[in-house]
Amino acid sequence: MQKKFGGSAIFLDRSDINTDEIIPAKYLTEVTKEALTPYILEDLTLAGFDPQGEELKNATVVVSRENFGCGSSREHAPWVFEVNDVHTVIAESYARIFRQNMFNCGMLAIELPKEAIDQLMALQQSGQVEVAVDLDGQQITAKAGSEKKQFSFEISQFDKALVKAGGWVEFADARY
Amino acid sequence: MGKTLAEKIFDAHLKDEPFPGTKVLGLDRVLCHEITTPVAIADLVWRNKDRVFDRDKLKVVIDHVTPSKDSKTATQAKILRDWARRHEIPDFFDVGQNGVCHAIFPEKGYIRPGFTVIMGDSHTCTHGAFGAFAAGVGTTDLEVGILKGVCAFREPASIRINLNGSLSRGVFAKDVILYVISQLGVNGATDRVIEFRGPIVDEMSMEARMTLCNMAIEAGGTSGVCMPDMTTVEYLWPFIQDEFASKEAALEDYRQWVSDADACYDKVLDIDVSNIEPQVTFDYKPDCVKPVSEMSGTPVDQIYIGTCTNGRIEDLRQAAEILKGKTVASSVRGIVSPATPKIFKDALAEGIIQIFMDAGFCVTNPTCGACLGMSNGVLAEGEVCASTSNRNFNGRMGKGGMVHLMSPATAAATAITGVITDARTL
Repeated sequence: MQKKFGGSAIFLDRSDINTDEIIPAKYLTEVTKEALTPYILEDLTLAGFDPQGEELKNATVVVSRENFGCGSSREHAPWVFEVNDVHTVIAESYARIFRQNMFNCGMLAIELPKEAIDQLMALQQSGQVEVAVDLDGQQITAKAGSEKKQFSFEISQFDKALVKAGGWVEFADARY
Repeated sequence: MGKTLAEKIFDAHLKDEPFPGTKVLGLDRVLCHEITTPVAIADLVWRNKDRVFDRDKLKVVIDHVTPSKDSKTATQAKILRDWARRHEIPDFFDVGQNGVCHAIFPEKGYIRPGFTVIMGDSHTCTHGAFGAFAAGVGTTDLEVGILKGVCAFREPASIRINLNGSLSRGVFAKDVILYVISQLGVNGATDRVIEFRGPIVDEMSMEARMTLCNMAIEAGGTSGVCMPDMTTVEYLWPFIQDEFASKEAALEDYRQWVSDADACYDKVLDIDVSNIEPQVTFDYKPDCVKPVSEMSGTPVDQIYIGTCTNGRIEDLRQAAEILKGKTVASSVRGIVSPATPKIFKDALAEGIIQIFMDAGFCVTNPTCGACLGMSNGVLAEGEVCASTSNRNFNGRMGKGGMVHLMSPATAAATAITGVITDARTL
């Protein structure tokens, strides 16, 4: 079943945010996704960011820069987003394993060029940014106050099929 | 147009191309450890699909936290152990026989040229040293691999890195790969296979080639690969001697995987290693690399020698050569973790363990342990570790801790002085 995408955005304005920062290794001893819930982005140190803050609690979209999700292969990184209702990540680029893990879980790792991310980040000045995702039309609409921006994005046919199927297990099980 | 090693392996393993550019490959090996596999097992059970596609192609080890340190890690180990027994997986390595996955699986001869290998571990790229396509994946890919024996990948472009010249005394594979990462950047090889080529690689042992390939992921690479040659055959010979009439016959067969001379590359880098000095990382990204001479004198609190990058016998020999007759500085603590029981036994037989213990090192059992801050040497806030591992992320070995990556020789020299030290100056 397809997940819900879009919603309130939080901005992590740094490249190379790694999976250790998204979910520290000490929590990899958990054997359920739900148990990871309180530890989202716990080790990320970034000016203005509070892993315990309301902004993160309310967010369902993460916007970031280059090479998002680099490092460890731990799917606990997409899982900790999933259990916190963050089903959409928008970034300039991704590490391969993290990107695949997102789609494999039926979630969206959307890639936008630097200029588009710059515009999304700038939109924060007009208030809380709300993102709507049109998967079929491959378009993102971001609104803050009276400001509104639209961006088209590319997604491979395979990744789109995974999102529609609800993930790789569902897709593979139906096909292989 | 010729083909790269990765393209040849993809062609030979292609099961399906559901969409243009997406290749679903049949798998020769699905490797499993206790951190990323239990959730896959639980999901398979929940889906009423608790099956394995081929028990002989699954290789299973408990390695990240072993023996278990608490109830949670004991539960993870138990889930994996019970599953391996339930499916009668013959190659399962538990306490007493277990070692770091990327050291023990090659050592057992499980990885062969031309193989496709996945594991729920980013450093799976290590196995490309044997001329295999080996990629780290997440738990969902692992789960489908266990159940169906397939995995989907994008068409792989390759970056060819020619390592030319000659290595100076005291400069090792670790120094070369740190230098290469500093040139590529942490995402310079994303969605690419890194081919390590040239006379330097030709002369390297399999251990050194594994050190190179191990860190391909630190530049974003899907897999690192070396071309199979007589060194590969010699290493594998105890395991393949019944398959081939002679070593020459094995080499002839393995040559089919070597990249063609006219293969197409995304990028070709020529690096003369002759002027490379021992290297060390600063800051919190593996592409932040400097010559040790520019960092010498930096105080550290702990030395950690081991891991899937540098916990093999050759690494321990290099460290022991520096440590022989010396003692660890009173300001630091030294920890060495031979990566497998065989390496531990070989190190005992060669007197290497004696040298480490006489120097004041703590010798641990084979495990991933402190590398990812899980056990056996976690750092406290503000502490600094000189480590032979592969990641220097902020807090990697413990919240608030700092990691400097380096070769075993540099780590040993640093243990003696208590500050980052070029072993050639001792």
